[in-house]
This record gives sequence, structure tokens and C-alpha cells, in this order.
Amino acid sequence: MGEHGNGDPQSDAVIRAGEGKSSGHAIDNPGLPPHRPRLADVDEKAAKRAERQVSALFLISIIGTVMFFVGYFVVGVTAGDLEMLRLQNTLLGLGVAFAMLGIGLGVVQWARALMPDHEVIEDRKPLRKEEDRAEAAATINEIVDETQIKRRPLLRNTLIGAALLAPLPALVVLRDLDRSEDFGVERMRHTIWEEGVRLVRDPTGTPIRAADLTVGSVVHVVPETLREISEHGERLAAKAKSVVLLIRMQPDDLAPVTGEQENWTYEGIIACSKVCTHVGCPVALYERQTHHLLCPCHQSTFDAAQQFKVIFGPAGRPLPQLPITVDDEGFLVARSDFTEPVGPTYWERG
Amino acid sequence: MKALSQQRRHPLAAVALLLVGLLLTGGLYAAATSVNEAQASNVPDAYSASDVEEGERLFVANCATCHGINAAGSDAGPSLVGAGAAAVDFQVGTGRMPMQMSGPQAKQKPAQFNDEQTMQLAAYVASLGAGPSVPEDEYLDTSEGDISRGGELFRINCAMCHNAAAAGGALTEGKFAPALAGVESKHIYEAMMTGPQNMPEFNDSNIPAVDKRDIIAFLKNNESQGVPGGFALGSLGPVSEGLLIWTLGLVLLIGSMVWLTSRSS
Repeated sequence: MGEHGNGDPQSDAVIRAGEGKSSGHAIDNPGLPPHRPRLADVDEKAAKRAERQVSALFLISIIGTVMFFVGYFVVGVTAGDLEMLRLQNTLLGLGVAFAMLGIGLGVVQWARALMPDHEVIEDRKPLRKEEDRAEAAATINEIVDETQIKRRPLLRNTLIGAALLAPLPALVVLRDLDRSEDFGVERMRHTIWEEGVRLVRDPTGTPIRAADLTVGSVVHVVPETLREISEHGERLAAKAKSVVLLIRMQPDDLAPVTGEQENWTYEGIIACSKVCTHVGCPVALYERQTHHLLCPCHQSTFDAAQQFKVIFGPAGRPLPQLPITVDDEGFLVARSDFTEPVGPTYWERG
Repeated sequence: MKALSQQRRHPLAAVALLLVGLLLTGGLYAAATSVNEAQASNVPDAYSASDVEEGERLFVANCATCHGINAAGSDAGPSLVGAGAAAVDFQVGTGRMPMQMSGPQAKQKPAQFNDEQTMQLAAYVASLGAGPSVPEDEYLDTSEGDISRGGELFRINCAMCHNAAAAGGALTEGKFAPALAGVESKHIYEAMMTGPQNMPEFNDSNIPAVDKRDIIAFLKNNESQGVPGGFALGSLGPVSEGLLIWTLGLVLLIGSMVWLTSRSS
């Protein structure tokens, strides 16, 4: 850095606020508009009025807080008494709203009407020369000296060590993104469906006879083995993966399939996972005439007649189909687990 | 037989014979009446021949254009053979049929036929083939229903389309699941039985009649108890709530900004 750019403020064309004189620039500095005193500045009555307004707003805040406590402690809500519950909710909500709003509006009104509003100009400090830089360097050197980092190498070395080690946890966390190792996603691959497990109704748990299902019926289904899981959390986790929607349509309406999937349906009865392949909402809005299944979250639409193909929306792949058949007694059973992972697409699917 | 014939002059023979005779007649009578009852419960409506006849006349005049003579169906409307009295009572009773205009979905409107004509139409369609019949009052008595069980069944089977607060919801291509407030218990029951339009069917083996009553009881209770938490905004969830808070919130924000930056007089 040389002398260039450190111009003398006096010789350079510096704009001074309020001068409004021609200074050689294309646009003149218009300066500030004249100060106009507010009503409260000149009229003591107006000032008193503003004061009353502000304190009234603060009073509203106090009343709001009292309302909250009345709602909380005085209004007794007994079970089933919706009128009192509604009153309590209203008092709590309005109370807190008034308590906060009153203070906020009061402070703003105070600042607008009563606090001084004179204009203040803070000039930019003129840029100075080399000695400033030398002064800054001296300050830094002084700091370095005072930390004694040069005299005490133990401090310096341990600090360097700590600073080098500190980012390592981030590396470990990032390592979890590594897809080559399995970090438990294997659990997502399988549900508790397996060969011969009966399809039962949710929540009644009754098995489903194929003959009882009329065309156009829809049944919300869970595996019969679900009730055997006694631990609540585990049961919920198993249920979340294994929920199934069972639909019966005219067998002719089903698009013909070849290969293994040919035996996955029974007389027009078809079953699919209820977990959307987009982000996992329950897909269960079924239109019996169009055979469309709609996801309520992002409008992904699946065609039940075409192996739950995606026909609209953000879902990336069809709903996994549960292969079904009937057992000796005519009840619907699963042929196997889902042949692909249920739920949203994830990279380990392969 | 020989022993029996030897005993026929025994002083108690007449009494025994009388007893056997009485038991036999009583048993037969009981069996006969229970059979009658069974038949009666299959056709609870017990439509008379004149109902069917009058229903056919109404059908030919009002419905046959689309559903075809003899209700066999046409390109414009499905066959009604086996649709059952419940379907007719629902579609005609809620004004959905006769349809005002073709579209994605027949909408509810003031009923075009009175109760008697609806009953006659139902009688005619029921006579064409076995189908779900109009529900018995026993299953519409909501005071008998278990509300919390009905709520659970509703959330699992119905709420995905009809909304958790039964406020209705959108389906694809202009179709929608209607709101259930103000719908007669009988019509809710019939809709579950017959699955009108794009609604799936929930017959008695899927949701037994008693469970249907629980669901109706839940809906009626939901309707009468009101909303505990302030403005429901149609109970449509984030759509209407978001719209309100977005527009109202923006107006409030702009208003307070104008106020904050304005000079006090």
C-alpha cells in the first residue's frame, strides 16, 4: 500500500451533510429535510395524551396477563365439558396475545411520540496514514507477547493439537453417510409378513374370507402375527412397515401380468403396502371406478389395476405388492413377504 | 314295535300320545315361524307387488334413459340388477339420482322424489336381483353405539378420504369425498353398504352392522359436540388455516410496518 488512495479529506471532494452546495459531483447532496417538531414536542397536552396512550397499552398487557391466569386457574374444566374448555382456550390465547401485543405496541408508541426524534449525523472518520497501521501491528504484537505463546511452547503445542483434533468428530459423523457399510437399514428390507400369515382387519383382528369380499370392497389389513408382539414400541414399528390395503375388483379389470406376479392376486383381490413410496404417508384413498389410489400428502396417484403403477405425482416407484392366496379354510393369507422394501426410496435399495 | 303295540292300552298311553303330539306340533310351529322370521329378515322391507309395479312405472319414466329398460344398463349408466334397495334409497334419497348433468361425480341436491316414490323405486330395483336392503332401525339408533370404537373404525376406514373431522376432501380429477355433517344416519349406513360412485364398499362381513352403528354414533356425536378450539375454518387443516394466517398475517405485518415507519403527528 502506498500513498495512493489515502487522499487528504480537505483536498478531495468530500460531501458534507446539509451543505447542499455544488461540489463538482453529478448529483448535489440535498442534505436533510428541515426538522419538524411533533405535536408532543410542542404541546404539553399532546405529550400527556401520548403518555396516557402508552400507559393504556401497558395496562392492556397487564389485563392480558391477568386474563391468562384467570383462564388457567379460575376456569375449572371437568371432563367432557367442552363449553368451559372452549372458554379456557379463548382466555389463554387472548390473554397471552394481549400481554405481548400491549407491551410491544406501547414501546413502539412511546418511541414514536415521546422519545426525542432529532436527526443525528455520524460522520465517517477520515482515513489516516501509515502510523495507524503501525499502531495496529504494535497492538497485535503486544497481544502475542501478552499471551506468552512464544515463551511457553507447551501452551502453543497443546492448542495446535486440540485444534487439529476438534474437527475429527465431524469426520466420524460424515462417515455414517458411507453407503458401503450397513448401518441398520437392513431392518427396512423385511416386514413380519411371511408365507401363510393370515391377513386380518385393522383394528378388529378378524381374518378375511375371500368369499366375503364383494367387488369394490377395500379392507385395511395387518398381519395376524402382529398381535403376538407384546412390546408396544416394537409392535408399532412392525405395524408401520406391514400395513396393507386389500382391494377387490373385477378380475377382468386387472391388467394381465406374466411370470411370478401372475399368482400374486386371488380372483381379483389384490393387496399392496399402504406406505407411500414417496415419503411414506399412508396411501388409502381408493376410487373404486377408476381403480386409482391417491396419497393424501403429495397427490401421488397409483393405479391398482396395473400393479400400483405411479400415474401421477412425485412417487418414484410403484407401491410394493403383497403376494396373496387363500388357505384351506378360505381365508386370505400371504404367499411371502413383500419382494422389495416398503416405504420411501432409499439408496441402499440397490 | 311289538312292545309298543302291547302297551297301547296302558292307562297312561293316552297321556303319552297327547304329550308326543303336543311336542311335535309345538316344535314344528317353532321351526316354521323361525324360518318365516329368517325369510322376513332377508327382505325386511316387505315391498308389496303394487310398490314394485308403481316403482317400475317411475323407473321407466325417470331412470330408463340412462339405466336402460329393465335396468340392464347402457353406455350412459350402469346396470342396476343386484344394486339393491339400499343403493336406490341412498342415491334417490339424497338427490344424487336422477343426475342433473354428467360430470366427474353426481352431486347431492334436493331429492326429486318423495319418500313413497323412493320406496317404490327401491322396491322395483330390489325385485330385479338380491342386493343390500335398507337398514333396519335397530342399527341406526346412535344412542346404542360405542362412540370411541366408532371413532377408531372411522379413522382407520373412512378418515383418509372423508377427513379426520368428517369435513370431506378432494380426490382425483374433480371427484371428492363429501362432508358427512348433516347426512342422515340411514344414508351414511347405505353408503357404507353399497359404495356409491367411487366410494369403496364396506359390507357387513367387513364392517359388521353393529360397527357401522358405532361409526354413525361417532359422526353424530362429532357433529353435535362442536369444536373445542376456536375457529374450525372448515376443519380442513393446514389449507384453510394456512391461507388465513398467510393473508391475515401479511396484512398485519404490512400494517405494523407502515405504522412503525410513519412519523408521529
